[in-house]
Amino acid sequence: MERAIVLMGCAIGAGLALIAGIGPGIGEGYAAGKALESIARQPEMKGELTSTMMLGIALSETTGIYGFVTGLLLMFVCPNMFLGML
Amino acid sequence: MKLEVNGAPIYFEIPILGGIPITGSLVVTWGVMIVLTILCAWLTHDLKVRDISKRQAAAEKIYELLYGLVHDNMGEGWMHYLPLVTALFGLSISCSLSSLLGFWSPTADVNTTLAWALVVFALITYHKIKGHGIGGYLKGYTEPIFLMTPFNILGEVFTPVSMAFRHFGNIVSGYVISMLIYAALITANHLLFGLLPGAVGEILAEIPILGVGIPALFSLYFDWFGSFIQAFIFCMLTMIFIATAED
Repeated sequence: MERAIVLMGCAIGAGLALIAGIGPGIGEGYAAGKALESIARQPEMKGELTSTMMLGIALSETTGIYGFVTGLLLMFVCPNMFLGML
Repeated sequence: MKLEVNGAPIYFEIPILGGIPITGSLVVTWGVMIVLTILCAWLTHDLKVRDISKRQAAAEKIYELLYGLVHDNMGEGWMHYLPLVTALFGLSISCSLSSLLGFWSPTADVNTTLAWALVVFALITYHKIKGHGIGGYLKGYTEPIFLMTPFNILGEVFTPVSMAFRHFGNIVSGYVISMLIYAALITANHLLFGLLPGAVGEILAEIPILGVGIPALFSLYFDWFGSFIQAFIFCMLTMIFIATAED
């Protein structure tokens, strides 16, 4: 019974951790849209805008990655750790 | 179908200090270092001023690209950081792309990326102390008021942690997603060709026809694009953090 509760908690937690993907999704889409607007206004700046956008997108992706790493930990590390504590 | 996601494979252990494991990351990183060294030696031997060969043209192009990157982001006075940035860039790309050849990718191991990030963190701290003096560096933690000290320390600690986890998380998420896609395609293959009647269906269901070309398309994004972008981001952050540490 305790095992089941621990495993259930870890699985639900991993699912919840991946909700963190929403934020970067919205943010990256917004950044790409803004970059597109700027390129439409000044097409000659395309190269510089694209690389700056990539940098910003990858930076804002970090929060999503934190969620993903937490999910991985909950799936593969935490069950054994918590079951060892029982 | 059984799916397994494992960390770096451990080949053997050196039996000192409680056993130092020799992991796949370590072996592949050394292999990549040897390959890069040989590549650099081959690209730069026997350089000429006139009548340059294609090999020298390629070497000059690579050098100009990286020189321009460092020059634009750090400035003229920081060009002695070109070797560090180039080394990080080459190592990061080669380590990430080594998964294409079927090796374990060292950047899918948090130890590798954390080690690189700690090197960068040591340089950032060195330049902060050099720019402000040791008193000014310590005083920087109590700004704007001393109540903010825990948050400042947290922010400082999270610089290398976020750099390491960004690189690691991106590569490992590509690895996990490619494995999931491959497993899903194999299962779909079983279901689809299992519908055919008789022995033909049974034989076709065992051959992973759907698993042949489709994973390569996803690998184009997760391996090629992801590796280049993460190497670029890591180097950009290195340059920006180091160049802004002194002011």
